[in-house]
Amino acid sequence: MAINYSEKIPNNVNLTDDRTLQRALEHWQPKFLQWWQTMGPSDFAGADIYLRTAIGVDAAGWASYGQVRMPDYRWGIFLADGDPARTIGFGDHMGEPAWQQVPGELRSPLRRLIVTQGDTEPASVEQQRLLGHSCPSLYDLRNLFQINVEEGRHLWAMVYLLHAYFGRDGREEAEELLERHSGDADKPRILGTFNEPVTDWLSFFMFTYFTDRDGKYQLKSLAESAFDPLARTMRFMLTEEAHHMFVGETGLSRVIKRALEVMAELGTDDAMAVRNAGAIDLPTFQRYLNFWFSSSLDLFGSEVSSNAASSFATGLKGRPDEAQYDDHRCLDVAFELAQPDPGRGIRTESIPLRNAMNEVLRTSYVRDCELGLKRWNRQLERAGTGQRLALPSPRFHRTIGVWAGVPCDPGGAIIDESEYRRREGEWLPTAADRAFVKSLMQRVVAPGKMAGWIGAPERGINNLPIEYEYVRL
Amino acid sequence: MVTFDTHPDRYAHWRMSIDGAVATLLLDVDEDRPLVPGYKLKLNSYDLGVDIELADALQRLRFEHPEVHCLVITSGKDRMFCSGANIYMLGASSHAWKVNFCKFTNETRNGIEDASLYSGLKSIAALNGTTAGGGYELALACDEILMIDDRSSTVSLPEVPLLAVLPGTGGLTRLTDKRRLRRDLADVFCTTIEGVRADRAKAWGLVDVISTPSTFGDTLARRANDLAAAGAHLSEDPPPRGIVLTPLRRTHGEDAIAYPNLEVALDRAARVATFTLRAPASPTPDSVDAITAQGADWWPLALAREFDDAMLLLRTNELDIGTWVMRTAGDPAAVLAVDATLATHAGHWLVRETIGLWRRTLSRLDVSARSVFALIDRGSCFAGTLLELALAADRSYMLALPDERAAEPAIALSAQNFGAYPMCNGRTRLANRFAVDTLAPDRIGTMLRSDAAREAGLVTFTPDDIDWDDEIRLALEERASLSPDALSGMEASLRFTGPETMHARIFGRLAAWQNWVFQRPNAVGKDGALKLFGSGSRAKFDWERV
Repeated sequence: MAINYSEKIPNNVNLTDDRTLQRALEHWQPKFLQWWQTMGPSDFAGADIYLRTAIGVDAAGWASYGQVRMPDYRWGIFLADGDPARTIGFGDHMGEPAWQQVPGELRSPLRRLIVTQGDTEPASVEQQRLLGHSCPSLYDLRNLFQINVEEGRHLWAMVYLLHAYFGRDGREEAEELLERHSGDADKPRILGTFNEPVTDWLSFFMFTYFTDRDGKYQLKSLAESAFDPLARTMRFMLTEEAHHMFVGETGLSRVIKRALEVMAELGTDDAMAVRNAGAIDLPTFQRYLNFWFSSSLDLFGSEVSSNAASSFATGLKGRPDEAQYDDHRCLDVAFELAQPDPGRGIRTESIPLRNAMNEVLRTSYVRDCELGLKRWNRQLERAGTGQRLALPSPRFHRTIGVWAGVPCDPGGAIIDESEYRRREGEWLPTAADRAFVKSLMQRVVAPGKMAGWIGAPERGINNLPIEYEYVRL
Repeated sequence: MVTFDTHPDRYAHWRMSIDGAVATLLLDVDEDRPLVPGYKLKLNSYDLGVDIELADALQRLRFEHPEVHCLVITSGKDRMFCSGANIYMLGASSHAWKVNFCKFTNETRNGIEDASLYSGLKSIAALNGTTAGGGYELALACDEILMIDDRSSTVSLPEVPLLAVLPGTGGLTRLTDKRRLRRDLADVFCTTIEGVRADRAKAWGLVDVISTPSTFGDTLARRANDLAAAGAHLSEDPPPRGIVLTPLRRTHGEDAIAYPNLEVALDRAARVATFTLRAPASPTPDSVDAITAQGADWWPLALAREFDDAMLLLRTNELDIGTWVMRTAGDPAAVLAVDATLATHAGHWLVRETIGLWRRTLSRLDVSARSVFALIDRGSCFAGTLLELALAADRSYMLALPDERAAEPAIALSAQNFGAYPMCNGRTRLANRFAVDTLAPDRIGTMLRSDAAREAGLVTFTPDDIDWDDEIRLALEERASLSPDALSGMEASLRFTGPETMHARIFGRLAAWQNWVFQRPNAVGKDGALKLFGSGSRAKFDWERV
């Protein structure tokens, strides 16, 4: 199979001249397309979609818009521009030149990092594959597909690294990325959260706000990597990831907007009244938020982690925006970690900072999540309602780390197991909540029209009107 | 003090369940209950406490559940079978603790194979998730390995690249000797931190069967039933009822540990422990019904349990006591009578298990890294099974009474000395003593006094009653003055003659190399891999090859 590389696979990695990479991708690309057909968005292969395609890494190149069918999307390979003088910014190798090749002794942990990150990209496409059938508008449908194709491109980016730098092992791992499937009992995705299907749009927006933001922090910490090709790949992916979170934040804001409109129309903030009017009440919204925030926190891993320590020490993975810190070695520095103590107490334990890097990331992530909460609460305040939204405590509803299985209320207080079970329905989506949200998920595909549970966006894509036919079905 | 008493009701880390001929041991480690404070048993990792429970469970299956012919070892954790020995525990432990820990875990894993070979208790490791290091070594000890194929889980022996130590609990040896993995592939496998997934594990023969998560349970049930059928050639019809392994009756004094049939006197100043094993004081039963009725109180079983327990206690808690003196007390004829019963009913399950416990207990003595002297003096009963103690000893002293021949102590061989208790090199202690492969049964039942015993080469020295006290005192004091390291090495080299078996290679080569590596700065120095594990920093090696 002959491929015109620069045309078919937009890239800035000199694919035309790289025989090794060509051979690897020629083998892998048909399998990717096969995977997209069977595991990607179902039943929309023939639709023309107004999509953004990256054809370069500069301001003009990263966003080239046009009508595209998804199977014809040009998944490209891009690394942010390199700095030949770049040095390692943290860990034991700080100050040494960044690596252009994988050091032999770090082959295995580096590959594992890339595979774990890479596995989440196709996983999210698979999780969302049925959502298109219940879209609240063509605008949202297009955003879903934009995210899907970009997650597909992120998979390409990871596969590029595996093919280009890890030899036979890398090629095998690249194929495995297509073999595991979200929610497949026999071949599940690596991380638990990515095996839960996302079947309603409220969850989708929560996912893109909270779970993709975990992705952002992972990408940001890998963007600091001593392995330069990984760092440059991540920097470019972050541009696209920002759009995914924009979809999440504005999507959730529009859900709130619609609830407020209904509350104003009815003159009540009674949850049942809002529901009966076909909008999503704020308490339900809060329960979904609690669920997705807490399960996204789990993705950062254990508070005390030898893997995190060695990733930092060896230079594989730094802290997001490492430059903002004064100390980049973090040797002999303690981190005070609050943990549950037998008998409902909380004790603080000093652990080496390097072992606490997951918690450092998680703490930055929580702060970042709070920004959206502030904006939504301003929205509520402006509307004159007394209701507010809040992030639950990071101790709430955890399944990984020192708080795993410790019954806590959303305020972070340790409570009795029996009280937790009794009140769980106040804090997390119930089966009734899910059934209600599902009942709202009716497909709306008239250009410019919005489903009754979500407000219209402020503006359209790329300066087009909201009424534009973003997807031609 | 570390003790080895436990019971399934009190297990913190394992859950045992029995369904017909299949028993399941579920590893579900409570990370907050390490044996020694200071580390968490994360990711189903184990320490000595976890392995003490495993050893207890295996022992109970053999005595309390003879109807079981297949043991399933699996994990109660999601996507994690076992990550091996706890590294933080190893990093924080003394050299002696590491060596003792590895020795005990080796003995337990050899015990799994012993149960398969001698008792028809087949075993299958059901790897329901990631299996690393000691976790895979535990699986290697089973007859069959079933691995989940979920495209993520791996088996690995990452000790060399990750920790700068060896897969020393039989791992390296069983890869080649048991699984017959080609040695170049073994080289690749043992230097690959991340291990291999199910498809390659199967292709290389690291596991026997692979199965997807949705078929894993059915496959396991089918394999377990097949194995139970394979083990059932030793079963009786109807299936026998087990006996209860009652708690050991042990009392601790300042300088003594006492059991009904054994006393251990501790002389800490001289660094000598004297074991005195007593012959049955009253007639022992000779019918299988009566033996079964006595159960755990049946003399050979009771004594073997007590002796085994005492050795474990001393090995773990009395490191400075470098010499173990073996004495016996009682009527040698009574011991020979028991041996006759053991030989007559060797096919009965309880007799078979009792012989097996002696076999393993004597093997434990062989590898305990203590000087062993046997003192055969007045009133002793080194006959048959108990003569094995003298044959296991590095030296034996037998009292001669030239003026009182009738009162001289005697030793005697029984049929049990000619094959019931093979050492880990496959030889009987008698054959091993004379560095030959086999010895034809000879002089069974003859009471051999000092001259005859010396001439037959069965004892080392035969001082008379005038020299006895001084000879013994000098011998013990001299022994106690020598380097304990040199003695352990010398004794281990001299004790095992002739051929190697897999178990002999595990103790003689692998464990010895591991114990060397455990001393080296590359593993345990300030910048060694074991010490730095978890901190993120990489070990700094001394590149000199030695």
